[in-house]
Amino acid sequence: MEHIYLDNAATTPMAPEVIAEMTDQMAHDFGNASSTHYFGRTARAVLDESRHIIAQSIHAKDDEIIFTSGGSESDNTAIVQTALANQAKGKHIISTQVEHPAVLKSLAYLESLGFEVTYLPVDKTNHIALADFKAALRPDTILVTVMMGNNETGARMPIQEIGALLQNHQAVFHTDAVQAYGLLPIDVEKMHIDLLSTSAHKINGPKFIGFLYARTGLNFMPLVKGGEQEHKRRAGTENIPAIAGFAKAVTLIDDTERANRQSKYHQFKLQITQALDAAGIDYGINGTLATDDLQHVMNIWLKGVPTNVLQMNLDLAGFAISGGSACTAGSLEPSHVLTAMYGSDAPQVAESIRVSFGAQTTPEEVAKFSEQLIQSVKSYLTKQKSKIGG
Amino acid sequence: MIYFDNSATTKIDDSVLQTYVKVSQSFFGNPSSLHRVGEQANTILQQSRQQIADLMHVLPEEIYFTSGGTEGDNWIIKGTAMEKAPFGKHIITSQIEHPAVINSMKQLERLGFEITYLPVDHAGFVNPKTLAQAIRPDTILVSIMAVNNEIGAIQPIHEIAHVLADYPSIHFHVDAVQAIGKNLDQLLHEPRIDFLTFSGHKFHAPRGIGFVYAKKHRLLQPYMTGGGQEKDMRSGTENTPAIAAMARALRLVKTDEAKKAAAQAAIKKYLVTEISKMPNIRIFSQMNDQFAPHILCFSILGVRGETIVHAFEDKDIYISTTSACSSKKGEESSTLKAMGTPKTIAESAVRVSLDEHNTMAEARDFVAAFHEIYHHFEKLYA
Ligand SMILES: Cc1ncc(COP(=O)(O)O)c(C=O)c1O
Ligand SMILES: Cc1ncc(COP(=O)(O)O)c(C=O)c1O
Repeated sequence: MEHIYLDNAATTPMAPEVIAEMTDQMAHDFGNASSTHYFGRTARAVLDESRHIIAQSIHAKDDEIIFTSGGSESDNTAIVQTALANQAKGKHIISTQVEHPAVLKSLAYLESLGFEVTYLPVDKTNHIALADFKAALRPDTILVTVMMGNNETGARMPIQEIGALLQNHQAVFHTDAVQAYGLLPIDVEKMHIDLLSTSAHKINGPKFIGFLYARTGLNFMPLVKGGEQEHKRRAGTENIPAIAGFAKAVTLIDDTERANRQSKYHQFKLQITQALDAAGIDYGINGTLATDDLQHVMNIWLKGVPTNVLQMNLDLAGFAISGGSACTAGSLEPSHVLTAMYGSDAPQVAESIRVSFGAQTTPEEVAKFSEQLIQSVKSYLTKQKSKIGG
Repeated sequence: MIYFDNSATTKIDDSVLQTYVKVSQSFFGNPSSLHRVGEQANTILQQSRQQIADLMHVLPEEIYFTSGGTEGDNWIIKGTAMEKAPFGKHIITSQIEHPAVINSMKQLERLGFEITYLPVDHAGFVNPKTLAQAIRPDTILVSIMAVNNEIGAIQPIHEIAHVLADYPSIHFHVDAVQAIGKNLDQLLHEPRIDFLTFSGHKFHAPRGIGFVYAKKHRLLQPYMTGGGQEKDMRSGTENTPAIAAMARALRLVKTDEAKKAAAQAAIKKYLVTEISKMPNIRIFSQMNDQFAPHILCFSILGVRGETIVHAFEDKDIYISTTSACSSKKGEESSTLKAMGTPKTIAESAVRVSLDEHNTMAEARDFVAAFHEIYHHFEKLYA
């Protein structure tokens, strides 16, 4: 059976170029970048070059990039350590209700230590209102953490606007760009971002590597302490092959390619909605179809069809999609994002799926998927009707 | 080329690399995803966990994957501190631990914890009696490494365990990063140990992956929170390819472990014998079973460690000053300092560290190079 992978917001397959780069690094190079001998120096050169490529991709300086073990570590470090380092200035934090658990759980931990967190609500398209943010901002706010793009709906948050509003404020501005990196142009200077998290495996890079951008001069306490790697900001023998693989993945997505992906994925969304329309399926889009949002994620409400039924059905037919996010590890709990959008009793919470496209996705795959989705929805609804009828 | 710097990092094994690539290609899914692609990845993940648990003779639910030794040490130390703070804020460690341990302790000091850094004797060993005297009613954790990474001294883990038998509520952590594949299972299987830290790249697995053994029912606060992976103890999308590769590497390093460790010990013995024939040599790693078979730390008195390292490098032989972490800044070794070694001698120390692929022929070449270097500097300083 053919397998079609449409769960790229959960993780992506490594690009062949990335595998080649990593294989090469692992096979020929085994220096510890902290060693002073030849191998160590070669390792350091690869490290420096990769760091430069990655810094350029967000208009940062090389030494503002700290390599971490991924998005979760970047988020934990940025949030917990910034709050702890700045608590003398205040204990108030602003975030949103729809952040990834890596952010929400870090905030919950801080709340247990006596910090106060305002979670901004979202509207029915999963966007926050700038007015709410302005109203929440206080003199004692020390940290603002708002994701750049949501992992369940693709909703894009007003990062540049928030950055501008914080220009003359003490609060440190962190954004979780794990889903947005590789799809949206990011300029940390223009957007006034102080801290930014990414994860390589979402952009066809290896797993367990990511970076945290930390603006020069930021009051920053490392989370992982030990050796003096990463300018004492993240200890541990540097994972050079993974870092080189990450940099390779970044070079595969230049400005043109990034824009191409957004428009290619947008077409996929339209392809699916047109097919559903043509088949007369009753559905809704959780989020928007606007081109401003992240185009790789599409969250669809299929009225009357339970999420788990659809997911299982599609899986049996060879399509990997998600019921919500993968990251509430293997659980079928209702999505906190859809709940924030509609309320916990809304049918959308129980009848939606997330489809996410990747670099390798083709229009043919999307066509096959649409066809199968329509068939699965129809057959479920027919069965239900006959049950009710009989 | 002779690579004698295996305590800094090892070369990935070819078949381990193949596993990494194969799993990346065929089982790239997110193990938390509920579809087949995710389930396949999850199967690989759990099989790898089972394999590692079997090889370590522990339960699979006692194995947690981390990004390496540094994270493992940080997690266990800070996770214990946070979990047990209500019961006490005193921790015992030694002066010769890896920076991952020492700097975690320093961070805790700033948070109001009190740390006792046990001294070591002139040979580099913690004294269990001194440790026993340091225990207080509010002691919550004892963290002592298995094998010191600078001189290879094997710490008296069983004796410490014996002391701790009377204090069942104290967490006992052992950094075993340098102890894997060196035929030291008897040490690591000490039942009183609650937590062990391991790092993949020290045994031919990829970088950026490691694991922690945490005895069942011993509680820790999680360190990385988020999606709830690793039973909510370590969040972050699992690195299935590296984990599968590490399971393979562990199996390989454990195959014929005794024989391989004996071969390394034989090489070390040969090196010690040859090197000590010269005057003005100081050997810190002895040839007895209190020292790991793969680490040899020595000084050519009067010549700085970096100078020796570079002289060997010119001959395509790679060794290091006492550890990769201290070598960049040219700092003297913290272990040698704790042993009371005078600064000038400590600054001249270098470390040779072996793996199971090193040969006696390489050792002979090393000794030949050593003689040339030795005589060169002898003339210079005469
Ligand atoms: C004894 C010891 N503990 C911890 C570490 C840290 O391990 P990693 O480099 O995987 O973070 C090392 C090696 O660098 C070590 O030798
Ligand atoms: C928005 C967002 N933040 C953080 C993460 C966590 O990244 P990782 O799993 O690489 O730790 C993810 C994905 O899992 C994500 O989608």
